[in-house]
Amino acid sequence: MIPELGHFALCLAAGLALMQCVAPISGVVLRRERWQAMAWPLAVGQVVFTIIAYGALTWSFIHVDFSVRYVATNAHSELPMFYRISAVWGGHEGSLLLWVLMLGAWTLLVAGLNRSLPRDIGASVLGVMGAVSCAFLLFTLLTSNPFERLIPAPPEGQDLNPLLQDPGLIIHPPMLYMGYVGFSVAFAFAVAALISGRLDAAWARWTRPWTTLAWSFLTVGILLGSWWAYNELGWGGWWFWDPVENASFMPWLIGTALIHSLAVTEKRGMFKAWTVLLAISAFALSLLGTFLVRSGVLVSVHAFATDPSRGVFVLMIFGFFVGGALLLFALRAARFQVRQQLTLFSREGLLLLNNVFLSVAALAVLLGTLYPLFVDAMGLGKLSVGPPYFDAVFAPLTMPLVLLVGFASAVMWKRGDWSRLRRQSLIPIAVAIVVAVLMALFGVRGLGVSAAILLAVWCMAGALAEPLRITLRRSRVKMGRAQWGMTLAHIGLGVFVLGVALVNHGSIERDVRLVPGATTEFAGYAFKFVGVARDEGPNYDADVGTVEVSRDGKAVATLNPEKRYYRMGGNPMTEAAIDISPLRDIYVSLGEPVQGGAWILRLYVKPLIRWIWSGALLMALGGALAATDRRYRLQSRAARTVTAEAESVHA
Amino acid sequence: MTRRQRRMMAVGALVVGAGTAVALALVAFQSNLIYFYSPSEVLAGELPPQARIRLGGIVEEGSVQRSGSDTTVTFRLADCEQAIPVRYSGILPDLFREGQGIVAIGTYDVQSGFSAEEVLAKHDENYMPPELEESLKDKAGTSCMPVANT
Repeated sequence: MIPELGHFALCLAAGLALMQCVAPISGVVLRRERWQAMAWPLAVGQVVFTIIAYGALTWSFIHVDFSVRYVATNAHSELPMFYRISAVWGGHEGSLLLWVLMLGAWTLLVAGLNRSLPRDIGASVLGVMGAVSCAFLLFTLLTSNPFERLIPAPPEGQDLNPLLQDPGLIIHPPMLYMGYVGFSVAFAFAVAALISGRLDAAWARWTRPWTTLAWSFLTVGILLGSWWAYNELGWGGWWFWDPVENASFMPWLIGTALIHSLAVTEKRGMFKAWTVLLAISAFALSLLGTFLVRSGVLVSVHAFATDPSRGVFVLMIFGFFVGGALLLFALRAARFQVRQQLTLFSREGLLLLNNVFLSVAALAVLLGTLYPLFVDAMGLGKLSVGPPYFDAVFAPLTMPLVLLVGFASAVMWKRGDWSRLRRQSLIPIAVAIVVAVLMALFGVRGLGVSAAILLAVWCMAGALAEPLRITLRRSRVKMGRAQWGMTLAHIGLGVFVLGVALVNHGSIERDVRLVPGATTEFAGYAFKFVGVARDEGPNYDADVGTVEVSRDGKAVATLNPEKRYYRMGGNPMTEAAIDISPLRDIYVSLGEPVQGGAWILRLYVKPLIRWIWSGALLMALGGALAATDRRYRLQSRAARTVTAEAESVHA
Repeated sequence: MTRRQRRMMAVGALVVGAGTAVALALVAFQSNLIYFYSPSEVLAGELPPQARIRLGGIVEEGSVQRSGSDTTVTFRLADCEQAIPVRYSGILPDLFREGQGIVAIGTYDVQSGFSAEEVLAKHDENYMPPELEESLKDKAGTSCMPVANT
């Protein structure tokens, strides 16, 4: 009964979403105020029914109702409650429903917080979001209905993929989806601007917090994915240039470019058409990512084994939104042209460079990700692009970016001032050189790593310079949250680059064969392999190894890497054991038993790897801080009073 | 310098810079393309010498042998017709098993067989890389893959 209710709610939501798109947009085109006003109640109705549908599926999981096919394939009666709730998005159908739910969350936020927008813009934004919701609700209903029954119900389910039974993976997809889907808000704003033909500083100010927030979620999502792969896959790496990783990284790069170009659009009224194009591209790449993952065209860890009809459907959605938006762009973008002198030595000039580098980086990733698919489609052979390509292309593109960040607060809008720049960058440069030289003296040497350290420290010191100056001088100028957010995010970038540089430079890895009781020396540590014992978990059995790590005779850690065998699925899972510290990780994973009671173990020592995720987290926090700046809230309050007054005058 | 000359200089610098970047990227791209081969294609001598390739097939039943002293493992990778000996050192992925489809990345040599730097087995038991599935069909187009035991 409950699953049928869920199914019915989903159908209603799709219907309401269609109206949420058609009514306001035709209202805007035909200038019917009442039709425009329908956007808000329709959006709320659509989201309420989506929530009901999602709740119904969750209910089926909690009560492990195996007569629902999706539950039977993704749950097991022994599955802990925690994982039953997260198993809802453990497969294709449910994760689509989660996608739609997230879109609903954004819709509610936009509907609730953007009442200050001029009605036609607000209505167009909700209308476009309604169209996106409608497309994905139809996709769910027509190709991947999660409420499909399985009669007769099997006595036991097939269990959730063991790989997904990990806390990191519970929050990874929702975060990633919040980011992907969040770019639909920027997309909706861009399309609304194209429809109305109005694009001014106020528009940029409305769009900025949404974009920054979506970007922050995406950052956290990618970071969690990387952290999970490190913990769970047992390969000890944090990024593999896997096509699906790339699929999430491309919208991130373009989203980063968008955040920066929006700043120029707001402050200087330039880059308007470019900003709109970036907003369209960020969403297009999010859709492309969805297509790549859903269609099964990719050879990847993430590839869901799915039927091609789904791929075709996503491709149609992609064609409709991206094609439609680009057509609109071609017709209207000329209106946004501004004739204004741009000096390269100015903040907008540097931000232009930032945008060039980020877009080129995104294109390079796109080339490496799509080329194999293209060649395959042409029937020219099967190939893949190796990680060395991405490494080779990426370093030269990101180094100048990091260099630019250091100038962020020292170069003013309109026209930079050389003497001011010289004054302000002296200390950061000095700090960077001192740190790089010190690190070199302590043995971290090499052209690449020293250059990266130099740039990372320059970027952090440059970001810190402005707030320090303001605090020390007790200046009257107060820094707003937007500025603090920017500072934090830029420091985060420096921390991240430092982490990447040292992990690449100083990681040591070795696969060894050890009999119980044997010790091996490695990277200054002694690893004593005590042995392996059998243990029992809630829904799996495990081989648990014990490795005692010591340095100069002093115990450092006792590590227990596991090999788990889930009772439902035959495939074993490697659980690495990691001794975490801010300066280095010691990572041990258990391989397989070999002759003579020996085991194969993989040992890693990775310096500063925590800095990679800490840096990314700082970036996300910075973004969240910036998105909640008073400026954006004040503006909406001020606008609201104005509207209220206007309405009372009309009355 | 007049403004016009300065602008031309800037445009010129941009073109040169972008050109270099594109050239470097394409060189990196070309040298990192890894083609997929089946054991039969490798044995038919279709490989360019020294090429780094992806070799896909089924791990032949009873062929996996661990060395008694170090971390080396050898096995035979087969398609419908032929099989190639593969050598690898280190930990094999969780889903590596006899009768399972895998992809190995490495180089082939007529004397010593295929030496793998990396062995990939997918993380879903029911999942098969499309390229591998394709290469595991015989000439009639029927799959010669052992049926997954569910």
